[in-house]
Amino acid sequence: MNVIYGLLAISILVALVFFGLFIFSVKKGQFDDDYTPSVRMLFDDELVKDKDVKEKENSNNQQKQS
Amino acid sequence: MSKNICFHCGDACTTSKIHYDEKLFCCNGCKTVYEIFSENDLTCYYDLQQNPGATPIEIDGKFDYLEKPEIVEKLIDFQEDSTEIVTLYIPHIHCSSCIWILENLHQLNPQVLSSQVDFPKKKVTITYKTEEFSLKLLVEMMSRIGYEPYISLENYGQTQNGLDRSLIYKIGVAGFAFGNVMFLSFPEYFEVSEYWLEQYKPVFRWLMFFFSLPVVFYAGRGYFESAIKGIKSKILNIDIPIALGVTVLFIRSTVDIIFDLGSGFFDSLTGLVFFLLLGKIVQQKTYKFMSFERDYKSYFPIAVTKINSEGKEENTQVYEIERGDRLLIRNHELLPVDGILMSPSAEIDYSFVTGEAKLVRKVSGEKVYAGGKQSGSAIEVVAEKSVEQSYLTQLWSNDVFQKDYNPKFQSLIDKISKKFTIAVLTIAFSGLLFWLFYDASLALNVFTAVLIIACPCAIALATPFAMGNLLRIFGKNGFYLKNTNILEQMADLDVFVFDKTGTLTTNQKSDISYSGMTLSEDDKMVLKNSFRNSNHPLSRELYSFLDSQNIQVSESFEEHLGEGIVSSYNDHTYKLGSAKFVANEVDDAALSTAVHISKDETYLGKFEFDTVYRKGVEPLFQSLDEHYKLIILSGDNEGEKPVLTKMLPKTTQMFFNQKPDSKMRLIEKIQSEDKKVVMIGDGLNDAGALKQADIGIAISENVNVFSPACDAIMDASQLQKLDQYVDISKKGIKIIKLSFIFSFLYNVVGLYFALTGQLQPVIAAILMPLSSISIVVFTTLATQYISKPILNK
Repeated sequence: MNVIYGLLAISILVALVFFGLFIFSVKKGQFDDDYTPSVRMLFDDELVKDKDVKEKENSNNQQKQS
Repeated sequence: MSKNICFHCGDACTTSKIHYDEKLFCCNGCKTVYEIFSENDLTCYYDLQQNPGATPIEIDGKFDYLEKPEIVEKLIDFQEDSTEIVTLYIPHIHCSSCIWILENLHQLNPQVLSSQVDFPKKKVTITYKTEEFSLKLLVEMMSRIGYEPYISLENYGQTQNGLDRSLIYKIGVAGFAFGNVMFLSFPEYFEVSEYWLEQYKPVFRWLMFFFSLPVVFYAGRGYFESAIKGIKSKILNIDIPIALGVTVLFIRSTVDIIFDLGSGFFDSLTGLVFFLLLGKIVQQKTYKFMSFERDYKSYFPIAVTKINSEGKEENTQVYEIERGDRLLIRNHELLPVDGILMSPSAEIDYSFVTGEAKLVRKVSGEKVYAGGKQSGSAIEVVAEKSVEQSYLTQLWSNDVFQKDYNPKFQSLIDKISKKFTIAVLTIAFSGLLFWLFYDASLALNVFTAVLIIACPCAIALATPFAMGNLLRIFGKNGFYLKNTNILEQMADLDVFVFDKTGTLTTNQKSDISYSGMTLSEDDKMVLKNSFRNSNHPLSRELYSFLDSQNIQVSESFEEHLGEGIVSSYNDHTYKLGSAKFVANEVDDAALSTAVHISKDETYLGKFEFDTVYRKGVEPLFQSLDEHYKLIILSGDNEGEKPVLTKMLPKTTQMFFNQKPDSKMRLIEKIQSEDKKVVMIGDGLNDAGALKQADIGIAISENVNVFSPACDAIMDASQLQKLDQYVDISKKGIKIIKLSFIFSFLYNVVGLYFALTGQLQPVIAAILMPLSSISIVVFTTLATQYISKPILNK
């Protein structure tokens, strides 16, 4: 039944890893602003779309010119 | 969607309509912003939210002071080589489009490296390169797209104090330990005396011990500190029984496992601290974008334009202004000091100070007071006093602004905890005495068990959850309280003091009425056209009031700033403006605002502007009158007295011509009669009274703009519900008292086990979370129920 020592060690180690991650994220300021990131993550698509449109327009223009 | 709405800002297009790119704009400013965005492929701004923008207000030279390196240095967060980081407060941030455009500033100018918005605080942090770019250019660029940063004296030299994240860390530690200890103590709950459990018991127990160490010495430290503070100042606060409980829990559990007496109460101990900290975070609901601690510094600019001895304009920091300095105040700029007007005339808007939106006219040689805003062309003023000694700013040197809390106020929990602590100690010691004679071996066991089970977790959680929830509900409806203590105080008031202008009256609309000879269609047409050409706020209002359709350009038009307009049409000369200007007579004490009109030197009549009271003021006063004493304090003359006496209950006392400090004195006087006073005001001139009163409520048309230091900020539309808010606070107190009774019942059950010497760790581990959770559920549901009347549908 000595396996219990190993199991305990592993379980505590896993818990400690998550605890460390939590402390790290607090330090990084992830809990300071709990609203903006939820909006920000929805934006990336639009930026890409914008760029795509621009690139398309540019390529269209180039095609026209050539 | 209505078609007459500006594509950019969403305002109704009334005065002018500009069609551009198949879209409608209300003014050139809005159109320009649209142009900037479409040139830079940023039109996505309009897809995220409809009509998100603000009309840019551009004033030449407004940010010239940002050229001075010593001022810039005080504003930025970080500087290295050619990179600077600055955090700016932008009041207009209100929707997802705002976040999007501000985080894409680099599309507008490649010198901007990155920008990050903190939406709750309405702040944006921008990193930019300083080659061919500067803070001034950045701020100007943002103003051009309608996101003008608000830079005030408050920002000057403000130290970037690190955020206090200790509570989050503590909750993390306590939660981590609580979870692990629960998991480790689980086998022992069943008291299975199997061989393997017997063998590994010490390992499990010592692990629990080590997990609880950081909980006691780090997460729970605040309770010990508070308890020691309480003992030192001879106040039996609620943290004393908590600290006592935690100490006893820890020592008893440690002793238990050392001598193999039992598994200890580590689960209850860590759970207790974790729940208590949760309560703390719930109570700490803060409105990050609001400040309840403002003084004149948040209103005042950092720098002004000074005209030096050689007649050149230079920027100077406002603290450096000395008596005799010549200052140039541009349109919409704020006067930072008291001074004497040098220019022929000025139109000063004291709405910051008095809440009154009317312009005050001053002529050369007259005294102008700090806090006013010039409206119109630039004026020159000679400073008479420095910033701190000016009439308005002197108010802040009063003692009231030094003390930061109300010493007389004793919260409900403080009152209860005194009796509670005494009761617990009495029970614990009588239990000890009884068992010493009866069965001495159990005496210490009983004594510690009483202290453990009586630890007032549920009591300590009742107030945070009930009040925290009410605070949140109030905030959703537009009534923002500084903290939960204010809510408790609201339930116990005697006198309501109201400011009149800007509080009971609106400062946005006014009723316009015309008296005099009938105006012909032609007259109306000329008037409408003349008002159209003038930028004076009264002209703007009259322009929308007159219903003439005919738009023709008058033959000649001349505006005399601060006096009136002369315009001619079809050989008739019209004069519009003040009584003195039009008819050459002095206004009768100027009790009301009016625009007079004459045609070819014959007096035609006048447009009068009447103050409009906020909706629901009358019923509010009727309802409050039943239980409270009502007082009106006004800085204005008695012009409105007849209207007020007719409208409000007979018992309402009224005081007129009150100065900022006399308002404060009056409140002090009422308080000396042992009355609890709430002051409801708005302008800076109420700042002293708001601070002096037991509760100061600032009324604001737009909660995003500034209001003076106070305990609560109320959206103007909520004023009519003030009586309901007070009522709900009272009910909230009742809920807390009820939950105290509940938790006493839990304690009685627990004490039975404790006093009979049967307290098993598992009983404590069940009883403690059970009582806490049921109290939390009860208070949350109950507060939700009582606040039904104010909930917006």
